Formats: sequence, structure tokens, C-alpha cells
Amino acid sequence: MAAGHALPELASVPWRARTDARWLERRARLWHAWTLLYTVPFLAAGAAMVWLEPLLAPVALAAAAHAWIIPELYAHRGARVARAQGRRNERAEPVAQGLLGDLLGADERELQRRTGLALEPGGLGVWVVGEAGALLVVGGGRRVHCFCVRATEPDLPPSDRVAHLLLALRVDEQGFATVANHAFAGAPWRVRRRLPARMRPALDDARRAARLPSPRSR
Amino acid sequence: MARLIRMDGTGHTTLAEWTAADDLAFAAAADEFRAQQELGYIGTVPDGPGKATHVRGLPREAGLVIMRRPIAGG
Repeated sequence: MAAGHALPELASVPWRARTDARWLERRARLWHAWTLLYTVPFLAAGAAMVWLEPLLAPVALAAAAHAWIIPELYAHRGARVARAQGRRNERAEPVAQGLLGDLLGADERELQRRTGLALEPGGLGVWVVGEAGALLVVGGGRRVHCFCVRATEPDLPPSDRVAHLLLALRVDEQGFATVANHAFAGAPWRVRRRLPARMRPALDDARRAARLPSPRSR
Repeated sequence: MARLIRMDGTGHTTLAEWTAADDLAFAAAADEFRAQQELGYIGTVPDGPGKATHVRGLPREAGLVIMRRPIAGG
């Protein structure tokens, strides 16, 4: 019997560098710089307009609104990975939930039933796994990375979708992050406010867990 | 009793069951495992909290082997 620690799906993305802690840190800095790049000019332009001509205050307000809306749209894209998407086979959900429950500890099982999201501590950080993606909380809970990734079978019930991602994550965490599409990096509060209310406790728990020392190095 | 299950549209389906001492049952389960691989499924053994192993053949000693579909970036 041959067993492997590398995710077989990596063969479908041979051009991608493996996603490790350094890659995540670099990507987070890029997102931070990018956010400054498209907000500061709007804010500066708005301030300059008011300083030069106070009657331009409405235009300055519009510039400030742009500086607020654009980061919100990116955060929305990040939060979207945790939301349920597409066709959902609810009829088979009780059976699927039983299997997923067997894969989770008691606390995580209860959290998943309440929120639809599975909490999974890893080596890179603390994961929150949904039906069509995963959130990775790093840096002691100060930053979240959002990954868009899903099972390729369209008829799966919701909990089976989560179980697919959870098993792949457990086989090869870095491989899982490599196969997934990185959608967003930023402060957790920016993603949290865009999550459905019932899902927010899962992100809160992940942030708390990320602040604790972990047996798996972060 | 070890089980080979497949995650599918029904939640999951039990494809085969075997014990380490039952060669015939294990051979049938191994055949089923290979058939599922040919359909594109991937074999995974949950190893307890936070761990799982990708397997290319059916491990006789495993208690549970789960066949799953590949994942892909969305």
C-alpha cells in the first residue's frame, strides 16, 4: 500500500509555488500595500479639495466614499468563500453531517452544526473550513487569509463539501493552500462584518485559538 | 469491521467492509477501491484529530477509508 503526504491535486497546479508561512506573509504585505495604494489617494484628494475650496466638500465626500467602498468590496470577496454557494443537496445532509461529525472533536462538531463552518488548527494558523472555501487566521488572530476552494462533485450535500476540504487539508496543509485560490488577506474584522451572523462565532473562535500557543507550530 | 466508504450525493455510501483476517472480503474491497480510483476518486484515511493520509491502495489495517472527489480552486 503506497501512502502519500502530498496532496494529489497539486499535479493540477504545477506552476504554483508551495504556499508556506513566508508566502502568506509576503501576500499579506502585498494586500496591505495595495489597500493603502487605492485608499490613500482618494482620501488625500478629498482633503486637498476641501482645503482648496470648501464648496467641493460633496466631491471630497464622494472620494472618501470610494476609499471606503473599494476595501469593502475586497473584504466581501474574502468573506464570500465561507458562504454557501451553488446547488445544495439538503436531502442527504443528515447522513453527511454524521460523517463530518465523526471527523471532528466534540467542540468543533457543535460549532460546525451551529455555524456550518469547521474549525481546524494547523501548522500555518487556525483554519475555518466552509463549503466552498476556507479562512486561515494567522499572526495571533490579527490577520485572515481567504481561500476559494471546493470539491469538484456538484451534487454533494453541504457537510460532505466541508468534509472534502477538511480531509484534503489534513493530508497536506500547504498543498491545500496551494491548490486553493487566494482571494483576500486583511484584518479579520473586515471579513467578519461581511459574514452571515450565524457564521461569525466560528471566526471568533478561530481568532481566540490563534492567540493560544499551539502544539503545531505557527 | 473496517469500512470503505464514498462521499457522494447520498451523504455517503458504504462500498465494502472487511476484517484484516478475511482475505476474500479484503480482496473484494481492494477491487472496489481500484474501481473508484478509476472513476476519479481519491482514497483518504483519517488518522485521528488533524491528520489524514492519502492512500493509493487499500490499507488492510485501516479502520475507515474514505473515497473523495478531487478539490480545486474556485
